[in-house]
Amino acid sequence: MARISVSVDGSSYSDEVEPRMLLVQYLRERLGKVGTVIGCDTSNCGACTVHLDGVSVKSCNILAVQADGHEVTTIEGLEHDGVLHPVQAAFRECHALQCGYCTPGMIMQAIDLLNDNPEPSEEAIRHGLEGNICRCTGYHNIVRAVQTAAGHAPAADPALEGTAS
Amino acid sequence: MTVTDDRPAKEVGSSRRRKEDQRLITGRTRWTDNIQLPGMLHLAVVRSPFAHAMITSIDTSAAKAARNVVSVLTGADIADEQGSLPNAWAITTDQKTPAHPSIAVDHVAFAGEIVAVVAARTMAEARDAAELIEVEYDELPAVLDLKEAAKDEVLTHPDLGTNHSAFWQFDSATAGTGGAIDAAITEARANGIVIEREYRQQRLIPAFMEPRSTVVDPTGEQITMWSATQVPHILRFLLAAVLGVSEAKIRVIAPDVGGGFGGKLQTTPEEFMTFIVARRLGKPCKYTETRSESLMAAHHGRDQWQNITLCATKDGTVTGLKVDLLADLGAYVALVGGGVPVLGAFMFNAIYKFPAYQFNCTTLLTNKTWTDAYRGAGRPEATYAIERIMDELAVEVGVDPLVIREQNWIKHEEFPFTSVCGLEYDSGNYEAATEKAKARFGYDELRAEQQRRRDSKDPVQLGIGISTFTEMCGLAPSRVLGSLNYGAGGWEHASVRMLPTGKVEITTGSSAHGQGHETAWSQIIADRLGVPFEDVEVLHGDTAIAPKGMDTYGSRSLTVGGEALVLAADKVIAKAKPIAAHLLEASEADLEFEGGRFSVRGTDKGIAIQEISLATFAAHNLPDGVEPNLDCDATYDPVSFSFPHGTHLCAVEVDTETGQVTMRKYVAVDDVGVIVNPLIVAGQVHGGLVQGIAQALFEEAVHDESGTLVTASFVDYTIPTAADVISFDIDHTTSPSTTNTLGTKGVGEAGTIASTPAVVNAVVDAVRQFGVDDILMPCTPERVYRAIHQAGSEGGGKPTEASAMPHFDESEGDTL
Repeated sequence: MARISVSVDGSSYSDEVEPRMLLVQYLRERLGKVGTVIGCDTSNCGACTVHLDGVSVKSCNILAVQADGHEVTTIEGLEHDGVLHPVQAAFRECHALQCGYCTPGMIMQAIDLLNDNPEPSEEAIRHGLEGNICRCTGYHNIVRAVQTAAGHAPAADPALEGTAS
Repeated sequence: MTVTDDRPAKEVGSSRRRKEDQRLITGRTRWTDNIQLPGMLHLAVVRSPFAHAMITSIDTSAAKAARNVVSVLTGADIADEQGSLPNAWAITTDQKTPAHPSIAVDHVAFAGEIVAVVAARTMAEARDAAELIEVEYDELPAVLDLKEAAKDEVLTHPDLGTNHSAFWQFDSATAGTGGAIDAAITEARANGIVIEREYRQQRLIPAFMEPRSTVVDPTGEQITMWSATQVPHILRFLLAAVLGVSEAKIRVIAPDVGGGFGGKLQTTPEEFMTFIVARRLGKPCKYTETRSESLMAAHHGRDQWQNITLCATKDGTVTGLKVDLLADLGAYVALVGGGVPVLGAFMFNAIYKFPAYQFNCTTLLTNKTWTDAYRGAGRPEATYAIERIMDELAVEVGVDPLVIREQNWIKHEEFPFTSVCGLEYDSGNYEAATEKAKARFGYDELRAEQQRRRDSKDPVQLGIGISTFTEMCGLAPSRVLGSLNYGAGGWEHASVRMLPTGKVEITTGSSAHGQGHETAWSQIIADRLGVPFEDVEVLHGDTAIAPKGMDTYGSRSLTVGGEALVLAADKVIAKAKPIAAHLLEASEADLEFEGGRFSVRGTDKGIAIQEISLATFAAHNLPDGVEPNLDCDATYDPVSFSFPHGTHLCAVEVDTETGQVTMRKYVAVDDVGVIVNPLIVAGQVHGGLVQGIAQALFEEAVHDESGTLVTASFVDYTIPTAADVISFDIDHTTSPSTTNTLGTKGVGEAGTIASTPAVVNAVVDAVRQFGVDDILMPCTPERVYRAIHQAGSEGGGKPTEASAMPHFDESEGDTL
């Protein structure tokens, strides 16, 4: 067992963990941070994406002991005083989620993408989200949400607002 | 509040942002795997590595001795109590249905079948212990290929004596709904056109994002199961029926469920196993699968060979269609099982006026993962075959594929139209949808560009694909299901509870897993009862809260469940009316209900439904003989299906030097009747499109020659990412359904049904000039390249060898 101290969503935690324990298991099983989910076990789907010191990582692809002394932000730590992060708000506004299982990871990755490139093209968004799989939305509205969060909302689509003929 | 200021005149038709989203975007969700209960044990299983074998021994001693292991069970341990997993739809009365134990007892029929289960204090300890279980097998020859299985030389279940499960036929002459197919073929061979094609529906995996998980709590008087399922009500009934427990002792909860697409329309070995183990140990138990287990052992979809014979007159007017299917059930007959191809039986004729039709389907058992519903379930297969072969007819006649379609489709003035299968298509306008799609697509301009590229022998060729589809949705009239030997009805249930504060609580038997029922149902009730959208709470997915239901699949929730809701709301209004009359001291005959108020005609007297609700709760001043309760239930059984349709146009670029297919443009004009929430409908279309595109270009479940699934992770089962697809151009026409009050049709499967043939037609259209008339799905670069070059054509298909980089040493063999 190894002792780790980690800051998660602004609170400090200290625990004994097995060296093999993944960060996502630590978050879910020990801290009850179940907003972060497991989708694939092979770091392909990105559902478990969190931020480690402000940069996105797949938490199934990193050990809990590697987070020792670092700061983790999960989907549960984005909202402040009841105000959604702009990317969260954009996902809701643009209907960028259906079942919502990929959504925590998708939002965390989208924030990282926008941190790197505040004005991404559609192509840059699509490539920036390549490590996150969504099975419901076909990505169309996820791309719109990231564009919206970047302040570059695409032209209104009448078909989406019910104003089409 | 601004929400009130912005309130639309009608909720139905407005793009309300979803009520569900707040919890989903903040991580405040209740996935089954999140559940932790006092003393809960974690389950891990051992699965057969062999596709076909006898179990000769299982040594569990080391596992039982492992740290924090509470129990280890094998199939033999629970053989007397586990029963057989249910098949709800024997498609024929003589269907061969092998017994399907949750945990294999002595025989395993596919790689991935459960042979033992460990219960331990933590998931890690359970998995560690499962590794210690020694299972000895005697391997048996496995039959994996569908056509091989049809020969009955190697048997999936030797004791069954055959791989043939059932043969199911529809014949329009026998049914009295059309002519004789043989006569039509004979006539066409003599004087017309006969086109015969064999198409392959590859095996797919639904691949919902949330792996399946089940928690069972046997403490207390009732056994509670949480499960990541589409069908909590069906699951409760079948747990009771199979395990001999009273339904009243079982409560099933589907909390937040992370996608299904048909993949969670199942009652699974894992659910039954968890129930049995928890009941035995008297402790809560949880089983959550890994992604590899999910891909290997959650049911697969499609997997058919389709032989299609189309006959027409020389001018291209269709005269008959014959369909011969081989459908792979996998190792067992699943819940719907052979019913999936039968659901497509009435859809091959599609939107066209075939005078004669015959559908033959043989369902076969093989030593692979069992198959069942996957988004569209039968209808994508049918739509693919007909839309592919209509393109072939257009080529044969020498006209544009849209022309041949229009020549044969049902004209808008011909609705309602009774198809050659005897189904009445309620409404539609194929001309309008197609005109709109052509305009948005720039059809004529793209055809002109295509011609330019052909003329210039551009190495990147343009292909245009068409799919003018329809589907039957709203499963289903119970009488129809009964006539098909299905084991249940197709009704849906809803209840409306008027709370004293004026809020409205509704329950629905539909069980959403991403579809947005909480939002759409609130919109319907807001309009119907005249209450604020925010004041409606939608409860679902718990058999103790919404006790009656038939759940969510087959694009049925809105058309069937929505109608049940409307009926329940109307009953509430009817029940409130005498109370309103009493309180207003008016005659019922003088009252009208609008915008949430009963008013006395010709006066300014009125009372709001919320006020009646409070007065009913207080019950101080009700008319004599009226019960103090406005709540109402309704169960709706549809009288007919509804038939959404649409025109989808797809443009792809095919690099003839690499075989790479790149999507250029995709236009979908769908007619799904009246739309309750355009934003939700658009989301369903987008997501459906990508799943259909994925079948065309990316996905295939592949087994190796020993029956091991080699696409058992997301490394190998290649679900498209954002970088693989494009943004879509979608629009609608509206032909209200005539079979329900709201005029809605289903939309959940439309995109998937329509898009696969649109994409493949586009790919084939791009390379037809090289002598190609079919490419197996998924149309990978390798398959496209081989199709172009094996067709032996000159021109654009020829590699530009001079400029190619020498990537490979040709002395080392095939560079492909």
